[in-house]
Amino acid sequence: MNLKGRHLIDPNDFSLEEFKQVFDLADKMVEYRDAFGSVCKGKILGTLFYEPSTRTRLSFESAMLRLGGTVLGFSDASTSSVSKGESIADTIRVLDTYADIVVMRHPKEGAPMLASEYSRVPVINGGDGGHQHPTQTLTDLLTIRRLKGSLDNLTVAFCGDLKFGRTVHSLVSTLARYNANKFVFISPAELKFPEHLKETLMEKHNIEIYETESLEEVINQVDILYMTRIQRERFFNEADYMRLKDSYILTRTKLVDAKPDMLVMHPLPRVNEIAYDVDDDQRAAYFKQAELGIYARMALMALQLGVDVNVEGK
Amino acid sequence: MLKVNSINCGIVIDHITAGKGMKIFEKLKLADAEFPVVLLINVSSNKRGKKDIIKIENKIDLDLTMLGLIDPTLTINIIENDEIINKMQVSIPEEVQGLFKCKNPRCISNFDEYAVPKFELAHKNGKIRYRCSYCEELTSYSI
Ligand SMILES: [Zn+2]
Repeated sequence: MNLKGRHLIDPNDFSLEEFKQVFDLADKMVEYRDAFGSVCKGKILGTLFYEPSTRTRLSFESAMLRLGGTVLGFSDASTSSVSKGESIADTIRVLDTYADIVVMRHPKEGAPMLASEYSRVPVINGGDGGHQHPTQTLTDLLTIRRLKGSLDNLTVAFCGDLKFGRTVHSLVSTLARYNANKFVFISPAELKFPEHLKETLMEKHNIEIYETESLEEVINQVDILYMTRIQRERFFNEADYMRLKDSYILTRTKLVDAKPDMLVMHPLPRVNEIAYDVDDDQRAAYFKQAELGIYARMALMALQLGVDVNVEGK
Repeated sequence: MLKVNSINCGIVIDHITAGKGMKIFEKLKLADAEFPVVLLINVSSNKRGKKDIIKIENKIDLDLTMLGLIDPTLTINIIENDEIINKMQVSIPEEVQGLFKCKNPRCISNFDEYAVPKFELAHKNGKIRYRCSYCEELTSYSI
């Protein structure tokens, strides 16, 4: 269960015990952040962003800077010196001499895995196409654990585009590994949770899944409501979009029936799927979630680098 | 029925699903062989109505994974001195590498030659599909 030197490409790369290790450390970092201000002194994070994602990149950079390390990298392969047509295997074998740990964002699915096969330093998948985004999953789990006190026995609803949302797929697959979690999928027929993923989950974990097109029908029964964006272009026709778009928008009015301790989560950025009047409801957890993303990444990187985290003051 | 001389030393690939003989003939590059090879198609079969057969008058290395992938029902007979000395059954391979490509257009393996996915058999019942080690998408094979 030592995370030193390990890659994180897929949430399945870590056992639940290893997740716990990350979350325990993240909890300490939330409480005594300054005490960890130099644990990564002298360490360099390489940010290899083959497509721009300012939010994810800044979150990683902030995390490393808060640990006392430094960062270098590129934020858009088309304007950087990473030549087109060079294999990732070659690129990483050069870049792994410049950094002690690397985060890679790439539009092609499986690219960070390929990098990890040739890298001498830990590689973190910062999002590969529609495939995985494991540090978002870590962030989501840390948020749930801190705000609900547990990752077991929860009824978790996912609302919106469940077909293409990799955030949802990763989180569902990971929550399914914990005890007795139930899932509610709320989406229009066109954007339903993929059948093959559902089959795999049911085979492996014997979980309960309930599917519906209506948020109102289930909102009073869930512990967590995870909202996602629905993109207009995902709909087959304009009429369906117009008919359905309001059903997947969370408003303060719809929250009236919800449990008082329910959490509303969202990976951000939102477009209009959560009305602004929800923001100051006590159940709105999405800004807290974004904040905890820094701590999840700090804890993860400190453990992968194997630095001494037994700091004074904690 | 058409008569073809039996071979006294070599390999007979029997019980090939009718229509797949030509594909196997091509994949084994038998057109370039320097030894006698016979491809029989639509031979009547007691078991299945029709079948294809390939007779190769030489001992060659067969890629059993590839054969199992094309047609898991075929059988292989190794012949020496007019006798079958070994009978082999192929099966649907559990893991395949290098024989077909990932069908996901966004998969790194379709852009970077270093990425050669390992495909793991995903569904044993019904449809045969393989899960790509890079992108995890399911590909129904065709080679
Ligand atoms: Zn693939």
